[in-house]
Amino acid sequence: MTESTNAAAGVRDVVIVGGGPAAHRLADSLHARDTHRALRVTVVGEEIHEPYDRVALSTRLADGAADLTLQPSSMWADGHIRLLTGERVVAIDPVAHTATTSGGVALHWDELVLATGSSAPVPEIPGAAHARVYRTIDDVDALVAETRELAARHGRPAQVVVAGGGLLGLEAAGGLAKLGAHAAVVHSGGWLMSAQLDEGAGRALGRIIAGQGIGLHLGARPATITAENDAVTGVVLTNERVIAADLVVFAIGISPRDELAREIGLELGPRGGIAIDTSCAASAPHIWAIGEVASFEGRCTGLVAPANAMAEVVADRLLGGAAEFTSVDDATKLKLSGVDVASFGDALGRTEQALEIVYADPARGLYQKLVMTDDAKTLLGGIFVGDASPYASLRPLLGTQLSSEPAAYLSASGMEAPAGDELPAAALVCACNNVSAGTIRDAVSGAHADHAEGCTELGALKTCTRAGTQCGSCVPLVKKLLESELTKSGITPSRALCEHFELSRQELFESIRVLELTSFDEIIARLGTGRGCDVCKPVVGSILATQHGSYILDGGRGGLQDTNDRAMANMQKDGTYSVVPRIPAGEITPQKLAVIAQVATDFGLYTKITGGQRIDLFGARLDQLPEIWKQLVDAGFESGQAYGKALRNVKSCVGSTWCRFGVQDSVSMAVRLELRYRGLRSPHKLKFGVSGCARECAEARAKDVGVIATDQGWNMYVGGNGGFQPAHAQLLASDLDDETLLRYIDRYIMYYIRTADRLQRTARWIEDLEGGLDHVRDVVVNDSLGLAEELEQAMAAHVDTYEDEWAATLADPDRLRRFRSFVNAPNDSSPEIARVPERDQFRPATAEERERGEAVLVAGPTIPVRGAGA
Amino acid sequence: MSITLETSTTWASTCAVDELEAGWGEVALLGATQVALIRLADDEVYAVDHHDPHTGAPVMARGIVGSRGDRPTIASPLHKQVYDLGTGECFTDASLALRTYRTRIVGGMIEVELAP
Ligand SMILES: Cc1cc2nc3c(=O)[nH]c(=O)nc-3n(C[C@H](O)[C@H](O)[C@H](O)COP(=O)(O)OP(=O)(O)OC[C@H]3O[C@@H](n4cnc5c(N)ncnc54)[C@H](O)[C@@H]3O)c2cc1C
Ligand code: SF4
Repeated sequence: MTESTNAAAGVRDVVIVGGGPAAHRLADSLHARDTHRALRVTVVGEEIHEPYDRVALSTRLADGAADLTLQPSSMWADGHIRLLTGERVVAIDPVAHTATTSGGVALHWDELVLATGSSAPVPEIPGAAHARVYRTIDDVDALVAETRELAARHGRPAQVVVAGGGLLGLEAAGGLAKLGAHAAVVHSGGWLMSAQLDEGAGRALGRIIAGQGIGLHLGARPATITAENDAVTGVVLTNERVIAADLVVFAIGISPRDELAREIGLELGPRGGIAIDTSCAASAPHIWAIGEVASFEGRCTGLVAPANAMAEVVADRLLGGAAEFTSVDDATKLKLSGVDVASFGDALGRTEQALEIVYADPARGLYQKLVMTDDAKTLLGGIFVGDASPYASLRPLLGTQLSSEPAAYLSASGMEAPAGDELPAAALVCACNNVSAGTIRDAVSGAHADHAEGCTELGALKTCTRAGTQCGSCVPLVKKLLESELTKSGITPSRALCEHFELSRQELFESIRVLELTSFDEIIARLGTGRGCDVCKPVVGSILATQHGSYILDGGRGGLQDTNDRAMANMQKDGTYSVVPRIPAGEITPQKLAVIAQVATDFGLYTKITGGQRIDLFGARLDQLPEIWKQLVDAGFESGQAYGKALRNVKSCVGSTWCRFGVQDSVSMAVRLELRYRGLRSPHKLKFGVSGCARECAEARAKDVGVIATDQGWNMYVGGNGGFQPAHAQLLASDLDDETLLRYIDRYIMYYIRTADRLQRTARWIEDLEGGLDHVRDVVVNDSLGLAEELEQAMAAHVDTYEDEWAATLADPDRLRRFRSFVNAPNDSSPEIARVPERDQFRPATAEERERGEAVLVAGPTIPVRGAGA
Repeated sequence: MSITLETSTTWASTCAVDELEAGWGEVALLGATQVALIRLADDEVYAVDHHDPHTGAPVMARGIVGSRGDRPTIASPLHKQVYDLGTGECFTDASLALRTYRTRIVGGMIEVELAP
């Protein structure tokens, strides 16, 4: 059966074979650029997953739930670009122009793009059938499962031998060691990463790796894998050494998946791969090759940057352009936490008469080298081990003249780093996504793409330009460019809060704490100028609330509060309020539900279930709030702080109590968390979630704190949020018991409250912190700043002083006065609130409805009667 | 030289200065007119229309007061446009303006000048 072409005039069929990063980039680019819909695209990928980010595979080693799906993924749903997953292309007919899939479908093509990538080779040695590789999500999931299973079976850590001491091998060994395995690396070269590093650097790296408890066997290869009853027992090396092992992983390179090309007689490269020219065309018409399977100038490259670049070239060509692929950027940086290694350009100094400038400090495990032209002016390449911080800024300067003495660029030299070399606009900052310094500057400084204004925040800048979204090594540089661009345009990134305070929120928090200031007047007199504004006043209000936990409207603090906090309710568009009682973890008795129903009926409130497992009652006048809360408080409700930059709710699934899959009692934990952190004021709202098993029904990973049950305890995720810039929470620590979990959350949240910017959610905060998630983990888990106890005490103080704000209001007539409608007529109510019935409830009237007299006016104590209308 | 034009205006009495907390706006109902009263430190009292110029909602008294340079300000609690409390000029959107009223304190009571 051949799928027929929808012969819409001029529409050409493009079939992309393979569903990896190269295919994704091509589909994405065609989606964005083929506005006339001249192409109909089908992507066939044999893995069952949507195209995912293979570069980030190691995060999946650490966190089995990590979602690696490449973004954007919206084009798969738009109907014009089709994605077939779990299907392999098994045959190509270059004459009939079809590609047949394992499902038996023959796809017609006018243009065929081969993006089949590579596989991880295993040499044909005795026992090879027992070898594992590290290439796909399924490989990683199986490795993790096997490592755990081996440890359980033997009652000791699994013993893993990784063959290959290059980037991939080290990443695999490091990741498996973090899972608790005893790992050893076997590498045929004389030092690690011998393809990228010189001997000095390789040896320095060897010391760091050995320092992480990973064994090293250099200058040898596995010769035999020994096994008993199908279980691996060890590896015999070419130097006849025998190493005990339960698991053997090969990461010795890549072999291009050129089997389809071979069958139809396409020209191949000298070491395999599909030979392409600068247009990425293969040797037969209308057939293209991109990514790791493509052999350019005689070699295939195992990096994502050239794969993306080739995809862009083919996208352009398919749309009639003339783009060319001309050179391979093979800069690399090892992604292994605690091991800083990077190299770029002519790292090994192969250029004739190249000059090498080396700083080595074995005691500190440092090795840094720059390769320069013989006049020591032009940068040709470099290597960094132990501290790769100069890498991000130097790599884009490749091939340019440095403005200062080369050694000054090396942090190991201890010299003052030269102040911001102005990167040429064409300098490549993000190699993975081919983003130049010029593009980033343009995005910061003004209109670009479909934005009317510049992106002045790191997160937005990354999303918009794609810079730093793949391997992440250029993020520090992107941040620097952002800051210098902002400085140039007069926006001081000095983090000053507003015209009244030169300090950042963090500095203000610390100053107020240390000086023990308790009122806004004191604070602005000591630390600021003027009378404050709608920016700094709420910040000070929030800081005072966190530090002292006192009633937020007393002692002159009322005027500091933002719109919603001021009324302890959420102001809606017509000036009325909505009310959200706390329903911890979404658990509520029928009796309490009836009370909410009664209150809503008595006050004519529009009722809606929120996204956070609570109930929102809309349409209350300011002066009605105390009466409403009186009924609620009497029935045992308390404020849900839906109005505050504070903990909102802890969402939970039903957990092991009812659910047949649950492994922990997620509801009890969620109730416990909600009662512990309720009322805590923070730089932005905080949402938590707790799921009873890995199925994650509570969507906890979309929360600032996500807790997911495991059979050993709880995994703690941090930094998730929905909203405008959604982010998935990342794993901070695994298998925690209840008490450790609470301690870690105490520390994490308090550290956030102390150091975040105003209105900065946890995801952006982590992103902005020097060191990111690793730094947060160091502070929270390893107590690297020695703050843990102080943070826990601060949280304990909050827990001790918590009181329900609404109960406290009702108990005090002076506080109730703040809710009067008119200062000269406290018993009158606003005459102009207009409502219209809709779906059996009342909603605010629009301006037109008011004019046409279709609205009900709500005034005085009278409540509109159901069904009343125009 | 200055010219004084005599027009007949009415001064409406609202409430005692002491009724207002500094920095915390409240509303006075004067006939059908809702006027937001804002007391800054001591006896500096401002009166502006309670209606948000941008949306028409009766909310201005609940905005945050402060300063821009040496001008006293109030921010709309809905979308945070900032107005000069004295002149009603909007700092963030030149197309908007907030109606202002003159005030005086007579015998401890705040009076607001209404149009004739
Ligand atoms: C652990 C690891 C870490 C890495 N780290 C980095 C890094 O830090 N920096 C970097 O630049 N690069 C890194 N890489 C390399 C990078 O992932 C690759 O360069 C990139 O994935 C190449 O993309 P591709 O689309 O060409 O091929 P692939 O990612 O291999 O995708 C090809 C896809 O096509 C499928 N396929 C093959 N044949 C068929 C067929 N006949 N029909 C249907 N589907 C088929 C395959 O199953 C595969 O899913 C890393 C790779 C790994 C494995
Ligand atoms: S997350 Fe697990 S325990 Fe909770 S409801 Fe879903 S399947 Fe059940």
